[in-house]
Order: sequence, then structure tokens, then C-alpha cells
Amino acid sequence: MHGSQPTGSPYAPHTDEEGAAMLEAVDAETADDLFDIPPEVQFDDEFGIDSRTERETRRLVRSILDRNDELIELLGRGHYGYYVPSLVDHLADRSEFLTSYTQYQPEVSQGFLQVLFEYQSLLVELTGLEIANCSMYDAATALGEAATLADRVRSVNGHRVLVPDLLLEGRRSTLENYVAGTDLEVESYPTADANVDLEALEDAVDDDVVMIYAENPTVRGTIEEHLETIGEITTDAKALFALGTDPIALSLLQRPADVGVDVVVGDASVLGLPTSYGMGLGLFATREEYLRQVPGRLVGVSEDDTDRRAYTLTLQTREQHIRRERATSNICTNQAWVALRSAIHAAALGPNGMIDLAKRGVTRAESLADRVDDVAGVRAPVHDRRHFREFVARVDQPASAVAADLEERGFAVHVVDDHEIQLCVAGVPDDELDGFVAALEEVVR
Amino acid sequence: MSERTDQQVRYDQARYVEDGHYEPLLAEKDLTSAEIDGDDTDSPLPDDLTRDDLELPALSEPELARHYTRLSQMIYAIDTGPYPLGSCTMKYNPKFMEDVAALPTAAVHPDRSERSTQGTLELMYRLQDYLGRIGGMDAVTLQPPAGAAGEFVGIRVAVAYHEHNGESHRNEVIIPESAHGTNFATAALGGYDVVSLPSDDGGRVDLEALEAALSENTAALMLTNPNTLGLFERDIAEIAEMVHDVGGLLYYDGANLNALLGRARPGDMGFDVMHYNVHKTFATPHGGGGPGAGPVGVVDELAPFLPSPRVREADDAESDADEPTYELFDPEQTIGKVHGFQGNWLVLVKTFAYIARLGDEGLTDASAKAVLNANYLASQIDYEVPYGPFHHEFVASAGDQDAADVAKRMLDFGVHPPTTKWPEIVPEALMTEPTEVESKATLDRLAAAFNAVAAEDDETLESAPERTTARRIDQTSAARSPRLAWQALDDE
Repeated sequence: MHGSQPTGSPYAPHTDEEGAAMLEAVDAETADDLFDIPPEVQFDDEFGIDSRTERETRRLVRSILDRNDELIELLGRGHYGYYVPSLVDHLADRSEFLTSYTQYQPEVSQGFLQVLFEYQSLLVELTGLEIANCSMYDAATALGEAATLADRVRSVNGHRVLVPDLLLEGRRSTLENYVAGTDLEVESYPTADANVDLEALEDAVDDDVVMIYAENPTVRGTIEEHLETIGEITTDAKALFALGTDPIALSLLQRPADVGVDVVVGDASVLGLPTSYGMGLGLFATREEYLRQVPGRLVGVSEDDTDRRAYTLTLQTREQHIRRERATSNICTNQAWVALRSAIHAAALGPNGMIDLAKRGVTRAESLADRVDDVAGVRAPVHDRRHFREFVARVDQPASAVAADLEERGFAVHVVDDHEIQLCVAGVPDDELDGFVAALEEVVR
Repeated sequence: MSERTDQQVRYDQARYVEDGHYEPLLAEKDLTSAEIDGDDTDSPLPDDLTRDDLELPALSEPELARHYTRLSQMIYAIDTGPYPLGSCTMKYNPKFMEDVAALPTAAVHPDRSERSTQGTLELMYRLQDYLGRIGGMDAVTLQPPAGAAGEFVGIRVAVAYHEHNGESHRNEVIIPESAHGTNFATAALGGYDVVSLPSDDGGRVDLEALEAALSENTAALMLTNPNTLGLFERDIAEIAEMVHDVGGLLYYDGANLNALLGRARPGDMGFDVMHYNVHKTFATPHGGGGPGAGPVGVVDELAPFLPSPRVREADDAESDADEPTYELFDPEQTIGKVHGFQGNWLVLVKTFAYIARLGDEGLTDASAKAVLNANYLASQIDYEVPYGPFHHEFVASAGDQDAADVAKRMLDFGVHPPTTKWPEIVPEALMTEPTEVESKATLDRLAAAFNAVAAEDDETLESAPERTTARRIDQTSAARSPRLAWQALDDE
């Protein structure tokens, strides 16, 4: 009954004799007798799902996924496919990491708690803020949590949340769902040449603003040049300054704490995850004064009975399983294992490796923009800014046709506008970029 | 149990106790500051756009391999022993699913064209279909990245549905007091007032209390069935009728679905919307606290409000391909998105693989064995187990003992304890869910641990655990003086 025979659950270890002994102990003839379900709601049909051997299942999944085209992805816009070192897979796949649960018994969970503590510490160093939680789902939900945090800690009695007009639709929509149960309203402020339009932002700000959100780098791959001023505008308005970014960008770009940022959100899965159809790791860091309003899990240091340092989940009175409807967030299952992957990836890079990877995001984007700009019928970058990882290019031909033709040649790019495409260098080796430039020349010829 | 267990001896050998640390932090092994300054001719950016420096550990790959391997040896996991955490459904996960989720063709960027991601879309479509059949639901979204996120979709769908019907005045969600904490938090996040519902003497929904709680302001009743005491809500048909009579929606919390596979379906019971904790009911290792995924199923009437996009079979009559093609679409009155992209895709691949592997026979047998295991274990322990008959889990009472101390002492027997002190209906609750993957021998070992602890005195319990990696940890000081990063540690 074990292994390859698809009769019954292949993972239930009961022998017939054991099953019989257990049934006898509970005074039942068959397991069916144990179900206390009234006849009117019993299900006595079948799902119509075949049982398969492991081998057959693998073949099935593989055959379905093989319908995906193999493309070189010059895609970014919030989700990046950096190379993940083998070390990450092999260590993260150790089954003690993979098959444990939330660390409700810290005495037998020290290893995972320490990893999460080290992950929190990584984010503290990167952001300069004092506290980071041990994960949200992704950048969009972390932004939603930042807004509800602002609503709780606001020193102004307002309801406006300001976000850039370039904000990704998925982030905007998620944010709107998160604040739908509050009196918060999400409003856009204008950008100018893919940076915050400071005058327009100042005009938009009043006493009613509880949070201003900006991104660095922006959705268009530009580096935001006005963070310090945005911080001042936010402080004057007594609002919260929330910044969207990621750990690789943070390795090189301005440190959020230095420019007045109160909450850093974003996606930490740029480290540790391959492109996985948008699966993410929401990062969330903030100032110590908001500690008791922070959403999500926190790992802290304590001591055990032998006076040795020990780690434990802490401040759980903020969380839903204790505080219920007064919790700071409804998040329970988070992305702990992805945080583990990101922490290992960061450790594998070390400080110099992190900075080098970030620097390459600037130099390689600029270099590709130069090469693309040399192609007749293409102008890049569209925005006269410094870029990180990605940039927008203008094409004379319809952008959708260019993208479709590039896909025929094995390359995926974003379509931004009628005549704009967006290109990202993250995770794409140099020789593949060479191939891309050659393909682009053919396509726009 | 005065001798250390073999397992613990093994851990001790692996453990690296140095300077009072079970394993030093990376930052204590090395901390290297790398500078980024204007004199750095390598810097591609001007000074005013960059940070000054970055201080992180810089260790070699072998050092890292040892660090994380040692840490992994200080973790109790389902692959190291039984893990009967009630309501968490910790069951063994087949290893092959990790391989299928790691297939290169599973890794695609979420902004790829539909044409170039037919494999991803087909798998999603087939999983939507599987889940719909299993739950008795008409339409399914895969987007929510966890069970609580699925609850949030359910609540947002309820808001949208009532608004659409011109019934925005509905401002209350009714939740049994024994429900998962996420239900309350989710309803509040959605802007609803929570009406708490007491249980009757048998541990089930008190119909009179429900009648009193229902009104024209009722937006929904959130219920799990079997409930957190492991009891099937036998009056479910009547409950559904009562909720529907006042125009409310019935929400199914899928946390306990493992007990029902192939026996009953939420859709058939009258539920309008449900979430599936695919990482509990089906498979996906919990990863120390996630990722999970919380797909949501609804009846036809609610399908237009589901998050965007969903997947459907494309109507391409012109195509002569022998395989159907799939496309994304936005439901007509969609609530929008609850995740930046499409949720935790790699988790969904594993869910699909698990359901495809077990099929009807395997899924039905899993619920049979899960229920058998719960009832068998309940019959073998000396603690009082009120209520019954049980489905997938039962809640014992530690009686005069402190349930938290009982849990710590059970760790000394090499087994993971149950969920403690919840639900509060049972004093000093020990909420136990063995799942279908434990053998009779393992359950006997668990029962022996329960029973040994039941016979012990308070002093022994209070000084436990003594055979674990770390001894009893001071929770109070952790909360009183929070130190949440290595930067906050004094020179210790």
C-alpha cells in the first residue's frame, strides 16, 4: 500500500493490522463511522480526480509547465530574477528549515529564530531604521500595512495617503483594498520625468495627509533624487514618510533613515528567489517609536534558564492570535522561508558583494541604454535621470509590435506605452544582452 | 527520563557552544564595513545619491554552510518528529513536490505575455478546477498569499456584494468565540464590527445566540466546520438558512478542511465563500512560518467580485491547436488585487502536484486516517477530553496543570506539544491534531508523553524543558526590553 500504488493516501503509514487495532480502540468498525456528518450534507459523489503515481504526477506537471516558452526576460518593474547561488537552495532546502512551523516553542526552534533575527538585523543595517519585522507577503501588501500603521500612529487627524502617479497597478489596487475598511483615501501626486514633482507634491500636501509614499528606484528604473526634500515636506505635514525599495538598491542608494524615512517597505525577494510568477517577500522596517504598532512577527533576544542567549517570538500581544480584532494586522502565516533564502543570499554576497551587485545595476543599465540608443529608431533612456537596473526606451514603431517581435526571437520586454518599452538588466548575463541588442536591431529595422 | 535522549545527544554534538551562545551570530563571527564614498572612482553615482557605507558579515561559503547547517540542527520539524499542533495541520510533505516547483519552466516573470506562459496558466486553470470540485464551489481565485489573505478576500467580496445590492448598511460580521484569531482581525481590517458568538454546552454554535445575533446588519457569519474543538457543526444546514434568511453570507474558514476531504463540501453545506489553506489541507511545507497560499472559492453569485485577474480557457475557435489555450481576465465587478502579482505561485505548483498525486482515493483516505488518528489519540490519553465525537483534532484539558508548562515538559520527551491555551472554551487547552501521516506507534509514543507529563508535579513542569537545545526562555524580558536586531545587542 506504500509508494507507487495509488490506493489511498500514499503518506498514511497505517498497516491493515494497525488500522484495525485503532478502530477497535475507538469502538468503530470503519473510519467512516467516525464522521459525524448529517446525511443531508454528506458528499457521496467523486471529485473525478485520478490518483497517480509519483512518477506520473511529475510527468504531468512537467508536461504542463513545458508549455511555457523559454525566454530571456528583460523584465523587472518590481520583480527581479537575479541569479541565486546554489548555496541558498541547498541550505534552505534542509528539511528542518522547510518542514517546521511558526516558532511557538522557541526552545526547539532556536535555529530558525536566529535566522529570522539575522534577517531583521540585515534590514536594520540596510534601512538605518531600528526595527524590521520578519516578513510580509510582498511589496504591495507591505505598502498596505504601512498605510494602516500610519492611520494608527498619525499625529494629524487626517485621511489622505499620497502615492506617485507612476505606482504599479498591483500595488495601488492592493493598497486600496487594505485601506478600504478605514477612512483613508489613496490619492496620486504627479511625477516629473519619473521623479517626484516637488512643487506638485507640496501643493498636494495639507494637514489631512497621513502618509506620503515614494519609491527609490522608481517603477521606471530612475533613481529618485529628492528624497531629502520629500522627507522635509512629510515632516512639516506631520505625516509618515514611507519609502518603497529593495535590499539590493539599499546597498548603494541613500540610506532611508538619513533622509527622514519613517517606514521602509518593498520586496526583499530580489535576494533568494528566482522569478516565480510574482511570489514575493514583503519587507517592513520602521522607527522604534512605532514598535507596538508594527504588523507581523518579531523575533527578539532573551535568555534561557542557563543564562545563555536565546531567541523568541516577542511582542505577540500585537498579533491576531492574541489581540484578535484589535490586532495590528491580520497576517499570520508569512513568508518566513523566503526570508531565510534572502538572508542566506545576502550573507553569501557579503557587504562588498551586495554593493557590487548594486553598482552593476547602475552601470549595466546605463551601458545597455547607450547601446540601445545607438540602434536606429530607438531612443534610450527616455528619462534624463540616473537609472538602476532598468530604463524606458522609446521606439518609433508600435511598442506592442516590437515586444511581440522580440518575443518571437526569444526576448521578453515590458510594454509601457504606445511607443515605449522598458528593459531590465537584472539577472541577464552580458552575452544574452548582446543577443538582445542584435535582435532589437532586426526588429526595428 | 533522567537520561538524555539519543536525539538530544546528537544535537549536542552538532551544537557549537561558545561564549554562552548556542551558535554565534554571523555578525559576531565577522562584521566588515564597506565604504562608498566620493573618492571611490568605482562608484557609478554621485555622493548625494548614495549611502556612505554598508556593514555586514563577510564570511566564506564553507563558514556559511556550517552556520546554517548548525542552525538547522536546532529546529524541531515534521521531518524530525510528530508535530500535533491543533489547527495548524502539520503533515508530512512529499519530497517530489520540491522538485516540480523547482523546474526551470516554473520560474517565469509575472509580466510575461499570456502567449508565452501557457504552462503556468494551464496549471492555474486546472488547480482552480480541482479546488472548485473539492470545495463544491463555482469559481476560484488563486491570488491570496495565505489563509488570512484569503479571509480578507472573502470579506472584501462580501463588502462589494452588499454594496452592489445597495446594502452598504450591513456592518457586522458574526464569529464564534472559538474561531481562529485571524477571523476577527480580518473582519476588523475589512471595516466590520465583530459580533462574538458563544458556543452551546456541546461546543457547537448556539442556535439561539445566533438567532439573537443575526439582523439586517449582518454582512456574514464566519465559520469553520469542523470547528476548532474538532466537532462537526451538525446544524449547518439550519445555520446556513438562518444566515441567508437575513441576507447575510456564510463564510467558510478552510483551516480544518483536511478532515472533510471527500466526505462533505462547504458548497453543499450552504457556504457562499471559502478559503483553502492549501499549505495545510494539501501540501507545502510550512517553512517555519510561510509561505502558504489561500485560494478563495465562491458560488456563482459572488464570482464577479473576485480579485483580478483570474484564468479561463480562451475562446479561440480559429486556433487549430489540439491543446486548449488559456487567458487572464478581470471579473466584471472585481475588488481589484490583494497581492502585487499573482500570489505565491510556487506554493500553488506544489498544491497541484499533491492533489494530482492523491486524487479521489488518496484525498478521501487522508481524511479517513486523519479522523481515525485524532480519535485514537484522544482515546489513549489520561487528560480529560471534553466534547466529541471528534474529527481531525481534539482539545484536551490540562486540568490543574498549566498547559504551557505541559507543553514545555512534552518537549523533553522528544515530541512537539499541541497548541496550548486555545480555544479558551476548554480550560488549559491542549489542542491536538495528529493528522493522517502518523503511525499507530508514533501516536502511542505521543500518548505516552502526554500521560507521563499528566502524572508529574508542578515543580518538574515548571523547570522543563531540560533536554532541548535551549532551556526555558524568559519571554517577559524579551518583551520588556525588546532587542530585535544584532545592532541592538550590548557587548555581551
